[in-house]
Amino acid sequence: MFRFILRRLIITIPMVIIVVSLTWGLVRLAPGNFYTGEKRIPPAIEKNLREKYGLDKPWYVQYARMVKNILMLDFGTSLKYEGQSVNSILARSLPVSATLGLLAYLLALVVGVTAGTIAALKQNSRLDYASMALAMLGISLPNFVLGPILVLIFSLTLFILPPTRWGGFPSVNLILPVITLSALYMAYIARLTRSGMLEVLRADYIRTARAKGLSEKDVVFRHALRGGLMPVVSYTGPALAFLIAGTVVVERIFVYPGLGTYFLNACLNRDEPLIIGIVAFISISVLLFNLLVDIAYGFIDPRIRY
Amino acid sequence: MNDDKPDIIDEPAKTEPALDNLGNPYTSPVHSRDGDITRPTHELAVGEGDVRTAERGEGEVIAGTSLWKDAWKRLLKNKLAVFGMIVVAIIVVVCLIGPPIVKAITGYDYAYIPPDATQTKSFPPFTAPDGSFSWTHPMGTDNAGRDILARVMLGGRISLMVGIISTFVSLLIGVSYGAIAGFLGGKVDDVMMRIVDVLYSLPYIIVVVVLLAFFGGHSPLSQLILLFIALGAVSWLTMARIVRGQVISLKNQEFVLAARATGVSTGKIIFRHLVPNTLGPVIVYATLTIPQVMLTESFLSFLGFGVQAPLASWGSLANDGVQNIAIFPWQLIFPGVTMALALFSLNFLGDGLRDALDPQMRKV
Repeated sequence: MFRFILRRLIITIPMVIIVVSLTWGLVRLAPGNFYTGEKRIPPAIEKNLREKYGLDKPWYVQYARMVKNILMLDFGTSLKYEGQSVNSILARSLPVSATLGLLAYLLALVVGVTAGTIAALKQNSRLDYASMALAMLGISLPNFVLGPILVLIFSLTLFILPPTRWGGFPSVNLILPVITLSALYMAYIARLTRSGMLEVLRADYIRTARAKGLSEKDVVFRHALRGGLMPVVSYTGPALAFLIAGTVVVERIFVYPGLGTYFLNACLNRDEPLIIGIVAFISISVLLFNLLVDIAYGFIDPRIRY
Repeated sequence: MNDDKPDIIDEPAKTEPALDNLGNPYTSPVHSRDGDITRPTHELAVGEGDVRTAERGEGEVIAGTSLWKDAWKRLLKNKLAVFGMIVVAIIVVVCLIGPPIVKAITGYDYAYIPPDATQTKSFPPFTAPDGSFSWTHPMGTDNAGRDILARVMLGGRISLMVGIISTFVSLLIGVSYGAIAGFLGGKVDDVMMRIVDVLYSLPYIIVVVVLLAFFGGHSPLSQLILLFIALGAVSWLTMARIVRGQVISLKNQEFVLAARATGVSTGKIIFRHLVPNTLGPVIVYATLTIPQVMLTESFLSFLGFGVQAPLASWGSLANDGVQNIAIFPWQLIFPGVTMALALFSLNFLGDGLRDALDPQMRKV
């Protein structure tokens, strides 16, 4: 177990470097740069600025410095937001995105597992068909359609929830964004839970549990759920990567000052250190999260050994 | 199913003792880490049924059902899949032949801006400029006065095109990759599949945004091509896994041995003998990839990195609509609902196809 974790941690480093190098290459190979914006600055000032940020050195020196900084977890200074380090921007925007993502995933877990379990227990009933059709709708309805429609209904017609703006945690401002973000995962988790449970409910150990006279409640909650939820656990890793993409959209719709908003602006402004910093940060967290999921997997299912 | 078929003897898959309720060889599904279900053992190879029927010679007419006929029957029994198929067909036909018809009737195409249109003249559905009822714009007009119906149909064309072409790109990569890894096996397989595992856990969508933000925007066409490649290049992973599993289950069968014995090269065995036999699952997964790719495309277009005006996709139309959601809600609702309906039907069709072609592979 320990060796497994160590190996995975070590492998994380080259992987982050690969992603970051790819991003850096894309940013550098693209025509134009931060200084070729609409607002031209005098050449002398540009030269000074480039010297200040070390952009006058040959590319391999800059690349080596970039990689070194990433390894030290020091992502440099933003070009656009003058005087602000990328780390301070991350520290400011991460809580917003993390709150949003965490709440959305929790909601998705609660609703999805409940719906999926009920659907599996009452297989081929109306309830089953209805919840699976609803889940399919959740998978097919893009969040950028769902979000504005929710705003239209609850904010602009019924006037009961605020349409935009980050209002801290907890606040009613979070309700619509969290629902918007979680719909897709809710649907996936419901489907995964249903198929996982259906398989487990036919397993021998469930028959044993029933045969020894356990109540249906005990069979479902103590025995079946544990095995039936394995697909959901393994979905958590990939889900995080998609959750980040979803957060970008939701933050844009609801004008949240989160990681996604800063990332989009950085792309549009060609703010290289900020882009690289955010990409590196996201890669590191996704990889570490995947590792956590794998470790959790081993604890939940004792049949798995590393 | 006819029980006394003599061909059972030469069919290795059918020597499996247990048959499931559909008459297919039952093999227990095995979960891989991500919840995919792959079958470790043999399955009926595509077209084998037909070959056997032909071998019997003429005169003796046998009602042997092929895998495809069976699947088609099962598909037609699935009401949701039939619903999906019909809706998808309607949407495709409307998007293909709709624009010229609209142009002929109302004189509007996707890019036509009426000379007197101003920012304040976005008309609601079924309303003429003077506020009276009119059939000219069944979905209203956008900010620039363009007909939304025409734009939604164009958006459909482009969204579907992106979906299909990118899926094709992902097919090319995924099938070759998976087939090579599965056939070669051993160390090569280990390394290749490890790479796929690694790629799975990367936030590639972020890199795609960077790619499109920095290289896109030169011309609508180059943007589209960039989209095809970028989306295809990131959606082949699951396909590679599925094909690998299939190839592993097929590569020890006699027809591969026969090909090898007659001196067929490895490349030819993979692409001429093995890949065609993986077609069933590949088609199923491709059908399910199309809506996924369309969703990703619309996500990118929504953020402004995808299809550029005057062209439109459902995502970029939704993006235009979101800006004016409070005043002109129809600008979002029509493209958004059309898109959701299309994805909904495609997903149902894909699910139905999977259940029909491969009853063992019921996944999410």
